Amino acid sequence: MVMKFTPHSSPHTAGNNDTGKLMRLVVLCTIPGILVQTYFFGWGTLIQLVLAISVALGVEASILKLRQRPISFYLKDNSALLTAVLLGIALPPHLPWWATVIGVTSAIMLGKQLYGGLGFNPFNPAMVGYVVLLIAFPVEMTTWVPVQSISEHQLSFLGSLNMIFTEQVGELTTQSLKQLSISQFDGITAATPLDTVKNDLGNMHSLQESLSSPIFQALAGDLWYVGKGWFWVNLAYLAGGIYLIMRKAITWHIPLSLLATLLIISNMFSLFSEDSYATPIFHLFSGATMLGAFFIATDPVSACTTNKGRIYYGIGIGILLYCIRSWGGYPDAIAFAVLLMNMAAPTIDHYTRPRTYGHRIPTVTKE
Amino acid sequence: MKAKSAHHLWQFAGGIHPPENKSISTQQPIQDLPMPDKLVLPLRQHIGAPAQPVVTVGDTVLKGQKIAEGQGFISCPVHAPTSGVVTSISDHAIPHASGMEDTCVVIEPDGQDRWIDKQENPDFVTLKKTELNAIIREAGISGMGGAGFPTAVKTAPRDNIDTLIINAAECEPYITADDVLMRERADEIIEGIEIVARLISPRRILVGIEDNKAQAITAMEKAAAGTSVDIVVIPTKYPSGGEKQLIYILTGKEVPSGAIPASIGVVVQNVGTCAAIYRAVRYGEPLISRVTTLTGLAPKHPGNFNVLIGTPVSHLLKTGLQAPVAKLVMGGPMMGFELASDDIPVIKTTNCILAPSKEELGEAIPEQQCIRCGECAKACPANLLPQQLYWHSAAKELDKAESYNLFDCIECGACAYVCPSHIPLVQYYRFAKTEIKVQKADKEKAERAKIRYEQRNARLEEAKRQKEEQRRLRAEKAAKAKAAKAAAAKEAAASGEAQSADAPKKTSQDDDARKAVIEQALARAKAKKAAKQAKSSNDGSATPSATDKAE
Ligand code: SF4
Ligand code: SF4
Repeated sequence: MVMKFTPHSSPHTAGNNDTGKLMRLVVLCTIPGILVQTYFFGWGTLIQLVLAISVALGVEASILKLRQRPISFYLKDNSALLTAVLLGIALPPHLPWWATVIGVTSAIMLGKQLYGGLGFNPFNPAMVGYVVLLIAFPVEMTTWVPVQSISEHQLSFLGSLNMIFTEQVGELTTQSLKQLSISQFDGITAATPLDTVKNDLGNMHSLQESLSSPIFQALAGDLWYVGKGWFWVNLAYLAGGIYLIMRKAITWHIPLSLLATLLIISNMFSLFSEDSYATPIFHLFSGATMLGAFFIATDPVSACTTNKGRIYYGIGIGILLYCIRSWGGYPDAIAFAVLLMNMAAPTIDHYTRPRTYGHRIPTVTKE
Repeated sequence: MKAKSAHHLWQFAGGIHPPENKSISTQQPIQDLPMPDKLVLPLRQHIGAPAQPVVTVGDTVLKGQKIAEGQGFISCPVHAPTSGVVTSISDHAIPHASGMEDTCVVIEPDGQDRWIDKQENPDFVTLKKTELNAIIREAGISGMGGAGFPTAVKTAPRDNIDTLIINAAECEPYITADDVLMRERADEIIEGIEIVARLISPRRILVGIEDNKAQAITAMEKAAAGTSVDIVVIPTKYPSGGEKQLIYILTGKEVPSGAIPASIGVVVQNVGTCAAIYRAVRYGEPLISRVTTLTGLAPKHPGNFNVLIGTPVSHLLKTGLQAPVAKLVMGGPMMGFELASDDIPVIKTTNCILAPSKEELGEAIPEQQCIRCGECAKACPANLLPQQLYWHSAAKELDKAESYNLFDCIECGACAYVCPSHIPLVQYYRFAKTEIKVQKADKEKAERAKIRYEQRNARLEEAKRQKEEQRRLRAEKAAKAKAAKAAAAKEAAASGEAQSADAPKKTSQDDDARKAVIEQALARAKAKKAAKQAKSSNDGSATPSATDKAE
């Protein structure tokens, strides 16, 4: 009796890499950061995450259904989950729920599915969602909460829920918050340290004056100040990021070149004028620096694809990040820096092609 | 393993470390199989022109008798692996990735295994180089590592070779044919290597063996002691046994894209081929059997076997199964190809039959989108950007794929192996390569047609021009004649005499001239027509209108 088979193309074996598992690992590595963030800034972050994830999965599933794609097969790539987590983390903890819904929906729809789904999106979806919100609701998006330990109003879990879904806690409403938060530190909302430094420097205060705000904390000596809480949050994302590199989920190229660039530039400027530019340590451990360097800028789909290209890409983000933070219109700049470099990625890829075996020079595509 | 050789090694880019699974088939020494019921011998087991049968159905053949003759320079003869009767010469499924059929000579063994008169050469060292190479050619030896290039072409005597590399890396998982051959027949291999070395006079001889073959290395080092053969132990990494990769590991040189190793002074031979060369030269045995690994979790007795060329895979599986066979792979799991059935013969290039169980290598995981993670680029030994090749191949942007050096892809499968989205990348590359080749062939054909068309137009133009010219000449002539006539008439009129009788005579002379001209033209046209017909039948294409319109 003859045995019959249907032949397939080689190779006939595969390694253990898996896109779904990869994305899941990245999500898992954000957990230390999320926990620290929750510890310092309250329940808001967790509530935003749950909300963002539910909306993301719902939107993704509906679009897949509309596009008549197998839903569970695509949901298993965990890319919607990761987008939701990254965006959820980056949102101000007490952002009203509708804003979160709009942001996440934009991220999945405009950022990804509109282009044809995972793999086809030229921009980082989470950052697309973030920027949509930032442009549409600038005040809400720059209203952060102070570190719990120095806050007069520590919001309980229910308080945070109320804040997000009804936009009021007691006599405080988001409206009043908006007014309050613009000028001063009021106990329930606060500008982030990056914000504060930026505003103060813009208003002709010296850096030293700005740093006297209780939201700062000196690590050691005068120059080693960081935002209270933010330092630890960044440290936690750094740890998660290093683990990602160790597990080979990402390569070191983007985070390292990004952070090194930020360090070098901020060092240059702060040496040049100690009073008007923040120190490197402040830049590295403020805002979304570490989250951005290890988790956001490394999104493979929208980043450069060769290792050499990734270095230029990281440097580009580092430079943009510093410029926008120091002279641009927004206090933190990960989102804009990443999106701008997303645009540059294909060009960088084009010029950083490796030299193929047996070729003398890297061949440049004839377009 | 002691790092004996101080030879400097280069590291090629990329590469992967899939599970080796080699111990499945190295527990036993090389074994013999019972005689199969039939032997199916494809006429093309090598790269190049297929051999032409020199036997007919019903012939009785002896073991080692030539049954098909090589055709041309790049070709290989085929020999009967045992004595028996030729029962058919017709199409039969052959080992090929496309599952195609090709002409095969089928022999039914008579069980007596009677040899032809073998031409033994105990003192082959005295043979001339050309004689040695002729033996290799006549023995039907082609590369036994996988590609199957006729060996005699590569061993043709010459003196511009710097390095002879013997490929003993055997980097594919599962396969152990070369490994056990080195363990058991290292002496024959070294002798074979020295024969090759005599033919091409290399400056140095390097045998590259991966460091996961301790016993083979020991055996080879022992056999090579006192010779000019260097055993070089290289790190285990797939695909170090790829020809280009091995050359780089051992010499630091890269074979230029599109060129052959000889262009940088390197010739690569497989260990098995060297052993076959020795047996052919010393004992006059043509290539009629080889060592093939039967492995995977399905066979009950995996191991290495002396297999007669032409033995159906089903015969190997008759050694017993312990689990259902999920698929049959000829070659290794990375670069081998799946067989459509087990009624396909082992040929000169078959180093392994992999019969995995379902749990071992089952169904492929469904393919997801490329996330541009770059894992594939990290794994690619040719330093390509597999994700770009994939992107353009999938989008059928073939020129772009080509500009990303698609044709430098060695189809090693390292990229597909590491791809987290389980994309069968190599399949896309094969598809794109085939498409491009087809398109190029089409283009060439169109190009040729265009040239033919232009030539035809030029011919027509020329004919037209000539015709015009003739008309002009005729008109001139007529005008002259008229002028002359007028002048004569004037004269006549002037002389006043009755010379009118002359006039008709003149006209008839004119008529004769015209007739001659027309006849000439017709003859020319005929000749042209004949020439054109000859030409167009030479071109192999009919251009009937060309001749029709010519006149
Ligand atoms: S490994 Fe697969 S998913 Fe990653 S870039 Fe290559 S083809 Fe795309
Ligand atoms: S199959 Fe081709 S593209 Fe893929 S790793 Fe091998 S050489 Fe590179």
